[in-house]
Amino acid sequence: MSKVLLQGEGVETYYGKIQALKGIDFVVNEGEIATVIGSNGAGKSTLMMTIFGTPRARAGRIIFDGKDITQMPTHEIAHLGLAQSPEGRRIFPRMSVFENLQMGATVRNLENLEEDLPKVFKLFPRLEERRNQRAGTLSGGEQQMLAIGRAMMAKPRLLLLDEPSLGLAPIIVKLIFSAIKALNAEEGLTVLLVEQNANHALKLAHSAYVMVNGKITMSGTGAELLRRPEVRAAYLEGGH
Amino acid sequence: MEYFLQQLINGLTLGSIYGLIAIGYTMVYGIIGMINFAHGDVFMVGSMTTFIVLLMLGVTGGSGPFIIVLALALVIAISMAVAATFNWAIERVAYRPLRGSFRLAPLISAIGMSIVLQEFVRIAQEGRAKPIQPIIIGKKILMTKVVGNQDFNVTLSYMQMIIILSTLVLMTVFTFIIQRTSLGRAQRACEQDTKMASLLGINVDRTISITFILGAVLAAFAGFMFFMYYNVTDFFVGFNAGIKAFTAAVLGGIGSIPGAMLGGLLIGFIEVMWSAYFSIEYKDVAAFTILVLVLIFMPQGLLGKPEVEKI
Repeated sequence: MSKVLLQGEGVETYYGKIQALKGIDFVVNEGEIATVIGSNGAGKSTLMMTIFGTPRARAGRIIFDGKDITQMPTHEIAHLGLAQSPEGRRIFPRMSVFENLQMGATVRNLENLEEDLPKVFKLFPRLEERRNQRAGTLSGGEQQMLAIGRAMMAKPRLLLLDEPSLGLAPIIVKLIFSAIKALNAEEGLTVLLVEQNANHALKLAHSAYVMVNGKITMSGTGAELLRRPEVRAAYLEGGH
Repeated sequence: MEYFLQQLINGLTLGSIYGLIAIGYTMVYGIIGMINFAHGDVFMVGSMTTFIVLLMLGVTGGSGPFIIVLALALVIAISMAVAATFNWAIERVAYRPLRGSFRLAPLISAIGMSIVLQEFVRIAQEGRAKPIQPIIIGKKILMTKVVGNQDFNVTLSYMQMIIILSTLVLMTVFTFIIQRTSLGRAQRACEQDTKMASLLGINVDRTISITFILGAVLAAFAGFMFFMYYNVTDFFVGFNAGIKAFTAAVLGGIGSIPGAMLGGLLIGFIEVMWSAYFSIEYKDVAAFTILVLVLIFMPQGLLGKPEVEKI
């Protein structure tokens, strides 16, 4: 029914000799929120980075909007309209909050900065208060907001979020997930979300994948997976 | 006091030259974490090109002021272009293929490039020193003191004035580029997190190339001023000046651009003061002793940034 925006076919990634992704197939449709859940070390972040070609997939294909991007240089992939808030946030610590957000708009040559900044500031008023502060001095939660805000500044067609809830207070997590939902519903933004916080992610997602040890072991709609007893046992109840 | 003032002027002049070279070391270190040991020789190429173009144009101190200004502007532009081409090519040929290799590999390659440049110039231009008659002459006497039956004048030569002022202008422009333009922002982003910069759409290879070009432009200008000040150059001037500028970059805090400028000025001062009050033969020993002391007691340098980041 809807158009495929991002697709992976048998994607394999290695760190040296260690295989991190063992043949991943996935589809993200335009206008939907897709999520990949799984425990620490399953390869979720590797998948996010492999989509951007760093590290590069050693086998398989990654297709964005009908275009094979498997071998494309990372910065050119960004120019196609993909933006990522990566694992570990990776904000630029010796730049101000404002400069970090400017960096986010690189692919648009800083056009319409005045229109898009207020959107980010509306979502994260804290960033506006700290606009001229060095990003390295922000708290962990604020840095996470900055990383997400920076990715939004690219006005991407596909937003990749790697554990946006990590290290945030529950009230902020709620805020961020409702923001993702709003962006998707109101602006039709396609989102690929990687999360350990499976409960939140599955409730939000139209389609979902479970990743274990570099492989996709289950897939379905978010609601479906939420009902599966094995998912509940492994990711939603107890143990955490 | 008058004597000290005179040395202060001399130190400021020499320090300006060191500072401009030091920026090239510090920027390259900041972005790819290696010391470009060929950078001193890029400075030498700048001074050598200045010599060659000046001869070709045939300007002398007797040419009219308008002709001199025009000619020197041309000389500067050509020197910058030549030095930038060399430094750009060095990065492409000798460093880029080794990126991601073990840490010492590009360093060894850099030492190799330094030798290549020196030998190339030595063979192409012969090893003899290249002198010219001074083109910019004249000075201002700032102060006079009678010592016995002689006058001691504190002077500021026009060339010194030009060096100090143009360094100031160049530094201002350069700081503006780094702090306020998107090019400078991309440069700083790559310096802080190369991978993230590429995720945001920055062409990292191109940014690194631009860094080498910017460093070479500053070094070429330093080479130009060096030649106009001392009126002589040869294929080996890059070694000494390069090591001093490298010391300056470490002293100021490697990776920090204001630090490089400050370090350059300090090394210039130390060298001049030591020569003035102690023995001129040991001026290099004095400068390098400072380097050793800094490395022992303040390894991050004067303006270096200790990495305090929240996890």
